[in-house]
Amino acid sequence: MLLKKSKGYQVMLSWFQSKSMKPFDFQEEVWKHILSSHSGLVNAPTGCGKTFSVFLGALIDFINENPENYQTKSHNHLRLLWITPLRALAKDIGRAMNEVIEDLGMQWNIGIRNGDTETSERQKQNKQMPEILIITPESLHLLLAQKNYPEFFKYLRLLAVDEWHELLGSKRGVQVELAISRIAHVLETGATYHFSVWGISATIGNLAQAQEVLISPIRDKINHEPVIVKAKLDKRIEVESVLPEEIEKYPWAGHLGIKLIHKVISIIEKSRTTLIFINTRGMSERWYQEILHVAPELAGAVALHHGSIDTELRFWVEEALHSGKLKAVVCTASLDLGVDFRPVETVIQVGSPKGVARFLQRAGRSGHQPGELSKIYFLPTHSLELVEAAALKSAMKENFIESREPMLLCFDVLIQYLGTLAIGDGFYPDILFKEILSTYCFRSMKKEEWLQILHFISEGGKALQHYDEFRKVEIINGFYKINGRRMAMRHRLHIGTIVSDSMMKVKFMSGGYLGVIEEYFISRLNPGDVFTLAGRNLEFIMIKEMTAIVKKSNAKKAIVPSWTGGRMPLSANLGIMLRKKFDEAHLLLENQMKYTGKIDIELRVLKPLFDLQETLSHIPNANELLIEQIETPDGFHLFVYPFEGRLVHEAMAALLAYRISRIMPITFSFAMNDYGFELLSDQPVPVDDSNVYELFTLEGLSADIQRSVNSAEMARRKFRDVAVIGGLIFQGYPGDYKKARHLQSSAGLLFNVFSEYDPHNLLLRQAYQEVMEQQMEEARLRDMLERIAKSKIILRFPERLTPFCFPIKVDSMREDLSSEKLEDRVRKMQQQLTREGKNTV
Amino acid sequence: MQTPVSHKIQKQQFWLTTERTLYWEEEKTLIVSDLHFGKTGHFRKSGIAIPQSVYKEDLQRLVGQIQYFQPGQLIVVGDMFHSHANLEMELFLKWRTDLGNLKIELIRGNHDILMDSWYEEAGIHLSQHHLTMSSFRFVHDISDSFVEKKNRDENPGNFYSFSGHIHPGIRIQGSGKQSLCFPCFYFGKKYAVLPAFSRFTGVGMIHPESEESVFAIVNKELIRMQ
Repeated sequence: MLLKKSKGYQVMLSWFQSKSMKPFDFQEEVWKHILSSHSGLVNAPTGCGKTFSVFLGALIDFINENPENYQTKSHNHLRLLWITPLRALAKDIGRAMNEVIEDLGMQWNIGIRNGDTETSERQKQNKQMPEILIITPESLHLLLAQKNYPEFFKYLRLLAVDEWHELLGSKRGVQVELAISRIAHVLETGATYHFSVWGISATIGNLAQAQEVLISPIRDKINHEPVIVKAKLDKRIEVESVLPEEIEKYPWAGHLGIKLIHKVISIIEKSRTTLIFINTRGMSERWYQEILHVAPELAGAVALHHGSIDTELRFWVEEALHSGKLKAVVCTASLDLGVDFRPVETVIQVGSPKGVARFLQRAGRSGHQPGELSKIYFLPTHSLELVEAAALKSAMKENFIESREPMLLCFDVLIQYLGTLAIGDGFYPDILFKEILSTYCFRSMKKEEWLQILHFISEGGKALQHYDEFRKVEIINGFYKINGRRMAMRHRLHIGTIVSDSMMKVKFMSGGYLGVIEEYFISRLNPGDVFTLAGRNLEFIMIKEMTAIVKKSNAKKAIVPSWTGGRMPLSANLGIMLRKKFDEAHLLLENQMKYTGKIDIELRVLKPLFDLQETLSHIPNANELLIEQIETPDGFHLFVYPFEGRLVHEAMAALLAYRISRIMPITFSFAMNDYGFELLSDQPVPVDDSNVYELFTLEGLSADIQRSVNSAEMARRKFRDVAVIGGLIFQGYPGDYKKARHLQSSAGLLFNVFSEYDPHNLLLRQAYQEVMEQQMEEARLRDMLERIAKSKIILRFPERLTPFCFPIKVDSMREDLSSEKLEDRVRKMQQQLTREGKNTV
Repeated sequence: MQTPVSHKIQKQQFWLTTERTLYWEEEKTLIVSDLHFGKTGHFRKSGIAIPQSVYKEDLQRLVGQIQYFQPGQLIVVGDMFHSHANLEMELFLKWRTDLGNLKIELIRGNHDILMDSWYEEAGIHLSQHHLTMSSFRFVHDISDSFVEKKNRDENPGNFYSFSGHIHPGIRIQGSGKQSLCFPCFYFGKKYAVLPAFSRFTGVGMIHPESEESVFAIVNKELIRMQ
């Protein structure tokens, strides 16, 4: 059908005209494809009407189908399923959609279904599905856990996945893939032809792959090439670094940047509304309090927004942002996504955004309208981070944006999904196997692995004698079903676990609810300790039924929670740019005046720091690898600077520690940040120019990694998530802590048990695989070693700590690896302590 | 197994083992805590696949200890069984018949929720709150026993108590920012806390005072920490 002649298009065009707007080319292109039942992906920057491209397409399609009575026709079944990664987005999107529907005088209903949806509303939806349902991946899976769920989707025309770039590369993305594969198979015969799947994505390095992953489950059912529609809209972005007055006095390490707070206040004062992005929730609490401390006149006009704050409070902040009531909001990634906050004029990024894509996304939060300028300030939390600002600018200029790698063979998610179907309508494995193979994630799954998974959910595992009395999924005449009510209930509670870390509610003694916090953090507090949450100082009283009970505190000093989330490593792209920037730093040092004008202001400001680094040690060129060895009272340090991001460094540190430990029995603790890593030992580290190239060789990499990973226990940490998703760790019924008590166990314990008694356990193997692929980023590690093989290794022995090593030594995460016997190690540690005359514990 | 380590309390001779048992020489009594028998079975019944070998090995380890010390009685200071009855208990009962002469004393722990008659049939003498032998007392959760004593206004100084419940663990730190953690025996002035016997248990960190004794179980060795 010709789009422009269609009734639907005409209706829509006049709606646009009534708003004095006109549709963008890319929107019309998407509509055309939707009318032909084509599937694909839309790529547009935030704030350019990408929601309307897909949503209005669904309306046009409906109007064309019912040109006479589109305004009166109601009860049209579910036509558009809108999957969104964030609960917070649902309300905004629903509101925007509803406006259009009301303007057009149509009878469509919009439903929202997620963790915040009331039971009565859900039941209403079950009886009568609205035409549009906005849903999160978890809630969609919960829907698949209902009996008769196919009824809901029979007449579905369009399945849209919003912010697909966010979901891709996560296990929630895998949930989406699986849900699509199921829904595509329950459509009414005949409806299949009209069914299309659309993804909406910001720019990432692998758009084509993003589209392939999304469409994969229906690829065999469609007879056209799926499309990618790109909005050719220029988004102008201006980046400015907030520079310290005296670089010599700016801290070399730390992650707060609070010294520059006065400059932040003046930025806030200058613009209408400012978003201040802070990398972690803990630091956002600090910033919020500091801003109020320095500029008390802003009280009431500044708000705090992060993932641990009570939903209602967050909603309030978002509403206030919409209406322009707020002058500034201190936030974390929790505001990365979202519909438009029009009043936002300025964005401040505090600390490294870790990647080009993320930085662009955040910049896009300001000037959230087509054609408007986005203004973003970069505020360094320590001096070296300014180099990153320069690197970001270059990367943006070259459009050097990261890819999101889709996850493969996530058996934990699959196990959860099978449980989900088993408590719903049940399944026949042979039929389901084909569906699952149609997803990108599981397309290379072997029949053998599939059988093992079926064993796992029905018998507990392969070695049957191990799993006497196991009961979960029952098989009746080849049909897989979970019948136990408690079992089903526990499983439903599991479905949401992919997002949440082990979180604990925080409540006032008097009953008021404050938000959630990592159990890990609470477990380290003693009663009487004071910490901050939601901008308040709170005194910890006790834990009761999985809730931390607190009271208000007037204490001046408080512990800021160290939330584990949001610790993204530096991206490969940004790492490459960063290394290039040090070449420029050399030009600067050599005083090649003809270049200095072209060199970024950030680098020029850093000159005194570069001078010092060069005097004490060395600044590595892009084709050099710097290693520094320093002795301090802590022990013997070895610092290496590959600039590859924390995760790769962690792997590299373990590998190097392992290789050194083969030379002699030695114990290391290691630390890393995005720029480099440190090996610290209580004895001199045997690395010199005679063996250093050998230590970084590619030869024997895989085997060495395997061995070093075993000792470094990375898999153990990964196993926690895997075990929770796969249903091995039960986190308890809400408000019903007691009954679940006999099922409590820790991931570490389970890890030990499986390693010892069932080493072939699927979930255990998956933990190892995830460590290799994501945690160690093996491919990237390989690239790095290849690069090092071609570079020059520079060994230096500085007399004191250098600007480069300081941030690693001061604030970073620690691990350890040892080739000494454990018993000997403990003795040695004890002796050291006695020597120091300290009390052990 | 490493040779048991000697430890004297009120002039009585006790032996500590790396298998998480404590042997009282004068009374020919083996003392253990937190066996959690049936835990793996309980998990499996609830759809969490934990292999049975964990439990079987615990059971074999206990038999090994009994063969080594040849005690007249076994005192379990609570949490002998993890939850409701399951097939793993059958295995225990079979084992119990083989060791018919062994007297078993159990002080009920929070996990011991089986019927009183079940214990009776299994030849286990059950004490609801504590058991007293000469100047020693056996309880499950030491914090409970203090509360109770205060209420009864009894002088707690008369007894030295053995307890379990918390699965004690100790963290040890060294230079180079190393840190490790192990299950341990804890001996305070008034009471001791035994490590959980079952290997399918976690640990709760303790923070002892300097004059108290702690023995960490490091693989196959006991190391006195203080």
